[in-house]
Amino acid sequence: MKLPAIVHKFSSPRNFYVMSGKLIPWFAWPCLILLVAGLYYGLIEAPADYQQGESYRIIFIHVPSAWMSMMIYMVMAIAGAIGLIWRIKMADIVASASAPIGAAFTFLALVTGSLWGKPMWGAWWVWDARLTSELILLFLYLGFIALQASIEDPRNAARAGAVLALVGVVNIPIIHYSVEWWSTLHQGATITKLDKPSIHISMLIPLLLMAVAFKLYYAASVLMRARSELLKREQNARWVREIVANES
Amino acid sequence: MDAKLSTAFWALLKRDLRLAYRHRNELLNPLFFFVLVVMLFPLGTSPEKELLMTMAPGVIWVAALLASMLSLDTLFRADFEDGTLEQITLSPHPLSVLVLAKIIAHWLVTGFPMILLAPLLAVFMYLPDEGIGVLMLTLAIGTPILSLIGAIGMGLTVGLRRGGMLLSLIVLPLYIPVLIFSANAVNTYLADLAIRGQIYFLMAVLVLAITLAPIATAAALRISLE
Amino acid sequence: MGDSTSELSVQNIACTRGYRELFTELNFVLGAGQILRVEGKNGSGKTSLLRILAGLAEPADGKVLWQGKGIRHPENNYFQSMLYLGHKPGIKFELSPLENLCMAKALHGSKNENGIEEALYQLGLYGFEEITSGNLSAGQKRRVALAELLLTNARIWILDEPYTSLDVVAIAFLEKLFQQHVQAGGMLVITSHQPVTLDGCDHQRIVLPATELERVA
Repeated sequence: MKLPAIVHKFSSPRNFYVMSGKLIPWFAWPCLILLVAGLYYGLIEAPADYQQGESYRIIFIHVPSAWMSMMIYMVMAIAGAIGLIWRIKMADIVASASAPIGAAFTFLALVTGSLWGKPMWGAWWVWDARLTSELILLFLYLGFIALQASIEDPRNAARAGAVLALVGVVNIPIIHYSVEWWSTLHQGATITKLDKPSIHISMLIPLLLMAVAFKLYYAASVLMRARSELLKREQNARWVREIVANES
Repeated sequence: MDAKLSTAFWALLKRDLRLAYRHRNELLNPLFFFVLVVMLFPLGTSPEKELLMTMAPGVIWVAALLASMLSLDTLFRADFEDGTLEQITLSPHPLSVLVLAKIIAHWLVTGFPMILLAPLLAVFMYLPDEGIGVLMLTLAIGTPILSLIGAIGMGLTVGLRRGGMLLSLIVLPLYIPVLIFSANAVNTYLADLAIRGQIYFLMAVLVLAITLAPIATAAALRISLE
Repeated sequence: MGDSTSELSVQNIACTRGYRELFTELNFVLGAGQILRVEGKNGSGKTSLLRILAGLAEPADGKVLWQGKGIRHPENNYFQSMLYLGHKPGIKFELSPLENLCMAKALHGSKNENGIEEALYQLGLYGFEEITSGNLSAGQKRRVALAELLLTNARIWILDEPYTSLDVVAIAFLEKLFQQHVQAGGMLVITSHQPVTLDGCDHQRIVLPATELERVA
């Protein structure tokens, strides 16, 4: 299967560099605005929960982070597959640029989950299905990052990472299902949280605002990381020299 | 073509078994490790029969996971270093099928003996006799999965000078479903409940691993050889 | 590139190691009965080029075509027509020469009728067939790997420093073998630090650009 020529044209390093430079502000500014709005509505406007009081407000960080952690892994695997099959350099770069961001969101989800757990369960850590899955996901990210870091040649690193990300994507549903199943067997300490199907609208709005803000943040930061990696990889190319000469 | 592929497949399987036989003293190391890890648990906790009994399936399975992971090094390392792996990749036959021959040979000399060793460990951990059969059954389905998944990780790290720690970071998270379902099958059986679900799940994962892991391993090896 | 005489054609290939560029825009064609010598200083990418030709590595840019199609093209029989012997021994030291060559034959699906014993005999390994290869000398180990040349019916041979640790007699034997192969319409890609005498053969040379010399302390 061949990709249309236009895809190759837009994914050529030079075009990508120029286009992404123009796109970043369009992600970064809305991200900032939505982040401020989301935090305002979430921390100040939304009413306190009748059971959990104020501490529930951490979901405005925790839940979007957990969503991001899954989404970025998917992006990584898809970008990796595109790079592996169609040999598009930009896809490789996007995949490896995504990993640290994804790992950071996973870490954030774990930390906020743990902070939330303390007042709720009286312990910093509970082997609840979601937290456990998230912890395993963090290790999948760390494995990916460590593998790429230890392969010197950037092209081989990208391809090896892509294989690992694809293996991970096949495994994530299996791992997720196993952990869910394991945790229902050992019920007791765990309380299922956020399983209320009807979340109040005043809580839903900030949650969605934050979720969109996080996605925009990811888009802006992955482009920035990809741009700098691109300059490093293409350091011998003429267009990079021109850009460097113009900017300095 | 097919006849020739099977010739290559069997030749490679036989070659790896022959090589394993010529290094037979090394074959025992993962097994010693397997027993040693299990032995550490009573020493680290207490020799209380009740405690060890509840922990037995989990502990034996964790040890199996670690032993099988450590044994992966022999799967591709030597072939990578002496260049025979290059020759295998350059064969006109599909690499994934040839890789499967190597994985099967590897399982026969590492995973299979672990099944036979299980009753001894069951005795160490006071696992009731009726649980031993199920433990061996889960090992029989589970250890091939470990070899197949491990082969992918080994394929990715074989070209790296210090791949050992990295291998565990890559492979152990992927081993988790096997651990959960296998250990649970034994516990559930001892509680006199049906374990069909767990066994079916493990079988399904095994089928998935047999179909996909050799392809991923072949891709990984090609990358590592570059 | 519909030139029917060019069997192997290399178009605009580039090769990088890490972030460093080894060579770019390399072009050549190799037709039946031709020899290509790859020359260049240490680190100029000779081995990298040979590994690209063998399909072990991917070029950073450009294409390698066999009979007009990419070497991995499903209709192509490149890997049946190609034999690569690299730097590494390519044989198992724990196995005897006989076992090693049986394995090689099975892997490459060679239809060649030549017997393994005969090949070992020609390379002066008569009487060593059953000995563990690890106990052979460096030159003898090399000969075991080179015996594959007598067992294959590959049309293109890609050999990276085949003369390493061989004695004069063995080198002369190899040179004669190369001439026979080429005269029968075969192709040869070779790197060597030793002078190669291949008189009367259609002979091309490629010199890879020298990279900066590394300072020797």
